[in-house]
Amino acid sequence: MKIAVLSGKGGTGKTLVSVNLAAVAAPSTYIDCDVEEPNGHLFFKPEIVREELITVKIPQVDEERCVGCRECVRFCNYNALAYVNQKLIIFDDVCHSCGGCVLVCPEAALSERDKAIGKIEIGVSGDVSVYTGILNTGEATGIPIIHRLLEEGSDDGNKPVFIDCPPGSACIVMESIKDADYCVLVAEPTLFGAHNLNMVYELVKLFDKPFGVVLNKCLNEENPVDQFCSDKGIEILGRIPFDHELASLNSSAEIVAHKQDEYRELFSSLLETIVKKMGESAGSKRDGVLSDLKKMSGDTVSGERGEALHGSHSTCSDGSVKGVKPKEVRSEAAVDS
Amino acid sequence: MKVAIPADSKSMDSKVCASFGRAPYFVVYDTETKDSVFVENTAASGTGGAGIRAAQIIADQGVGAMLTPRCGQNAADVFRSADIKLYRTNDHSIKENIEAFVKGELPLLEDFHAGFHGRNRGGL
Amino acid sequence: MKQLLILSGKGGTGKTTVASAFIKLADAQAYADCDVDAPNLHLVTEWDKEPVRRDYYGLPVAELTPKLCTHCDRCRQSCRFGAITAGESYSVDPYGCEGCGVCAYVCPEGAIKMVPAVAGDLQLYTDEARVFSTAQLRMGSGTSGLLVTEVKKEMKEAASDSKLAIIDGSPGIGCPVIASLSGVDMVLIVAEPSISGLSDMERIIRTAEGFDTKIAVCTNKHDMNPEISEKIERYCAQRGLPFMGRIPFDPAAVRAVNNAQTIVDIECPSGTAVKEIFEKTMAILFE
Repeated sequence: MKIAVLSGKGGTGKTLVSVNLAAVAAPSTYIDCDVEEPNGHLFFKPEIVREELITVKIPQVDEERCVGCRECVRFCNYNALAYVNQKLIIFDDVCHSCGGCVLVCPEAALSERDKAIGKIEIGVSGDVSVYTGILNTGEATGIPIIHRLLEEGSDDGNKPVFIDCPPGSACIVMESIKDADYCVLVAEPTLFGAHNLNMVYELVKLFDKPFGVVLNKCLNEENPVDQFCSDKGIEILGRIPFDHELASLNSSAEIVAHKQDEYRELFSSLLETIVKKMGESAGSKRDGVLSDLKKMSGDTVSGERGEALHGSHSTCSDGSVKGVKPKEVRSEAAVDS
Repeated sequence: MKVAIPADSKSMDSKVCASFGRAPYFVVYDTETKDSVFVENTAASGTGGAGIRAAQIIADQGVGAMLTPRCGQNAADVFRSADIKLYRTNDHSIKENIEAFVKGELPLLEDFHAGFHGRNRGGL
Repeated sequence: MKQLLILSGKGGTGKTTVASAFIKLADAQAYADCDVDAPNLHLVTEWDKEPVRRDYYGLPVAELTPKLCTHCDRCRQSCRFGAITAGESYSVDPYGCEGCGVCAYVCPEGAIKMVPAVAGDLQLYTDEARVFSTAQLRMGSGTSGLLVTEVKKEMKEAASDSKLAIIDGSPGIGCPVIASLSGVDMVLIVAEPSISGLSDMERIIRTAEGFDTKIAVCTNKHDMNPEISEKIERYCAQRGLPFMGRIPFDPAAVRAVNNAQTIVDIECPSGTAVKEIFEKTMAILFE
């Protein structure tokens, strides 16, 4: 059972929710896919048992062979190559590792080497296995790290897995939720929150994932997100109050569910609700249950990947997908005000 | 010697363009013949690595000095390899900056900001 | 034109709340929202008129013509991004495609073309007195410095006479942030007193210091963690960065936003604090 936690914007409480859900679900697995700003480890303070460098392929030039034809410079859509003073310069940090320059070089002067772009850390914190992806600052993409994290973290027995996604709705988020069985969308009950929620709502609909919303920093009053959810028929799974004590504990990187019974209760009942909803949506999708059972009984990781990629592809090739326009998103949020 | 300056428009009286990689044009001025030509910066619309490609365009013009208010680390690497020196421009027009350069009044540009992706490189 | 950029190390620290208050206090004639992933500023600034919209093109994406395809599989084998899937017919996942062009290069049948792809939407609001430039990236598009550059360019071109421009920056420290930083006169960093907020702030300060710009800091929700709040102020003092003030944790701020108001439109503690921060910031910007 894999639960992805996402939000349209950082700072809405995505990490608060995923960390505390993993804590109350223990034994469990927590995977931090927010590789640009991984914060989950600050809460779990795990003991690191293994590290793995993540590498990508970067071109290197054999200057003896290079004749200065500039085919590679012309081909590179990322402008990662320049040729001046009879010398080819390669800019690793702009390179997307597509391998095109090596293919087009008529002199076979280019080859590839491994370059580390970051690492994954695997650790334990009590009964929680903590997987953290860390992208080195300056690298073009964290997607290879997320691939590896999900491969490693999902292969951890029958424990529930909580995936802390990067904020937003970019391709890196798509990668993080590809294999998820359920998505939890965290939103603040504000006008901004409604607008940002709409973006991830479009995303999970696109991927045809069952999902529900958790409201964070709730005041007891009418708000645009409740309105948005009721208009769209979206389930609200739980509400976390606008609470000074909770905010203060969380800002000190404490797991609030470990600190106070009241908060433990809050996240336990949230988890229960999520599990119940997952059961309901799995019931309506028998295929989903079957593939879940297959995964749980230890199907190979590569098998899962292939399936997942295929699944996402069939959604993406749907002609309607490209028609999701931000301006439509915008006007809906405005109506809610 | 030829010098290059990023320009917002095709006029010697316009100000120096604030962004190097994304400047629409470069003025290439020859200090001996006093001729100037405007070269279109085809790198400006690229999504990434614009500074690198722009520096390549300038290097291909056979320029010896680049006058610019700022420059990214990656582009600076290209200029260094091409033996092109960088000078820091002021708020005045392109024409006035060239005059100041000819008189030796423009300081060398020595601090480079990180590129759009090159956050961990030098210059910080 | 003096440009003030409002930044934070990560989202949710109240950057837009501060920016919208500043716009109101300054009666700003030029402002822009560079948070192109999740723009919010348009929600709290009043415009009756529809903006002028323009498509933003990112890198091209591969387009496969199935009737020319002979299923040789070379494209799928060459694509490093897993963006090509075989099946009854071959197809390209537009969200997986990174626009490198390798598939088009290896296809012996010319069945794949690289075609321009709209990656976002630029919007420019104007009236007699004001200019507001904003944009939204489309879902699944990677972050882009270029779109941020375009947003700023549209603002500057439409409001070249304006003395002051206020720019709501992008969160994080990635390429859109670098693009927002380029060419601004001053950066105001809105920091949140939490352990992660502190490290985020330190990173954004190091990034901003690579630019030729004044840097100042204020804290939002400072009473959420007074201890870390104090650490932030000490850090600024040590680094010689002017500290502009503290904004308290204020439920009224949420109410203001939900009524599409800024925090200086109503009487509230956060509004009072931000007025003082605004005065100090302007003094430094125009000194």
